[in-house]
Amino acid sequence: MHWFELFFGAMLVNNIVLARFLGVCPFLGVSSRMGTARGMGLAVIFVIALASSMTWLVYYWILEPLGITYLSTMAFILVIAAVVQFVEIVMKKLWLALYRSLGIFLPLITTNCAVLGVAVLNVREGFGFVESLVHSVGTASGFMLALILFAGLRERMAESAHDVPEALRGLPLSLVTAGLMALAFMGFQGIF
Amino acid sequence: MESLLYPMIALGGLGLAFGLLLSFASRKFAVPVDPKVAAVRALLPGANCGACGFEGCDIYAENVAAGKAEINRCPVGGGELAAALAAVMGTEAEIQERKVASVRCRTSCERGIEAYIYQGIRDCRKATVLPGGGPNACSYSCLGFGTCIPACAFGALSVQDGVIVVEGRLCVGCGKCVEACPRGVLEMIPVSQPVCLACNNADKGVQVREVCPEGCIGCGLCAKVCEAKAIEMKNNLPVIDGSLCVGCGKCVEKCPVKAIVVTPAGEEKIGARGE
Repeated sequence: MHWFELFFGAMLVNNIVLARFLGVCPFLGVSSRMGTARGMGLAVIFVIALASSMTWLVYYWILEPLGITYLSTMAFILVIAAVVQFVEIVMKKLWLALYRSLGIFLPLITTNCAVLGVAVLNVREGFGFVESLVHSVGTASGFMLALILFAGLRERMAESAHDVPEALRGLPLSLVTAGLMALAFMGFQGIF
Repeated sequence: MESLLYPMIALGGLGLAFGLLLSFASRKFAVPVDPKVAAVRALLPGANCGACGFEGCDIYAENVAAGKAEINRCPVGGGELAAALAAVMGTEAEIQERKVASVRCRTSCERGIEAYIYQGIRDCRKATVLPGGGPNACSYSCLGFGTCIPACAFGALSVQDGVIVVEGRLCVGCGKCVEACPRGVLEMIPVSQPVCLACNNADKGVQVREVCPEGCIGCGLCAKVCEAKAIEMKNNLPVIDGSLCVGCGKCVEKCPVKAIVVTPAGEEKIGARGE
């Protein structure tokens, strides 16, 4: 039950985009089409799982023994950037099909604050290694869920764009929609 | 001193380790790029329209360089590109004529007859699920909601008086609009074809008359007057063979409802006679 709560708490109750308001730029940027939203979501799950385990190791094996945990943000940025670059290079060589579907999103994720946010949260909550992994994958699934739901809404809105007052077309309406979605996700508050 | 030294060593060490790892990885896992792929890619137009059947110009270039794809698959570059690719690949080019989209309907909802008033989502795909295939009395006609417009990456389509119009100058012949249209109103014709049919209604003449004043009634006069035998009647509609048509303009003159129109290519040959 503990793992279940941890996973779905991170995915729904504390949704990274709609409750914590992290990673909003990719949420608005790559949500205009369902296909790209799915690709980005999968890439984020992959990178967050990898980066959060790496940052956990760096934090508890290097930063804490030396008593320099105040440098965690800087160290995490370094780790995330390096890991994403490394994965991109290796993936291009070994799994070309996977690289084709995720590849273009990987460099974008380096600067996704959701990735750094998850790493910082894991440390702040004092999670163990497996706990932090479950929490990270849950959070990333929440990101993908929000992204795909939002992409579906935006596709439908684009089809009926002529009904929208001109001043609200495009981004303004997307922001209003995102706000309403965040409000809807507040409904999950308190179920765990 | 320690409070200064540890952070420097830790972060510096991490940075150095990652730097070494990345430089090692980029050597070890370097993917060799075939110079032929780069040469082919440089010739392709880079529109990434997908008309060749591949995901984009990059993927098509790889397949061409590997000899897995024909060199004449790109409708955007047309015959010139195929010839240039043939020079790179050292093969003979089968020149393919460029095609342009043409609209098989010219009667807007305002002029044509509406079966009922539609106030739903202004999208052709959504409207075609309704009874009668949409609000127009003619179930073959252009609905004019412009679902094909976003499908065109080159901005060649627009709605004028409730019916789609193709800007032939901008059309590259990728055929994406033909796929997007749920009613099959758009078709691809060779760019040099002098005349084209501007009606899609395959019903018999009486039924066409009920729904549209300008629709093809399937009388077959055009097929009779055509000396080049380029017109054949199929499903109550004339089918024009662009390779046989000589551009005499007789079908345009004879058509009682003026459903056969002159294309931009035919204007030189036929002139304003058909108008």
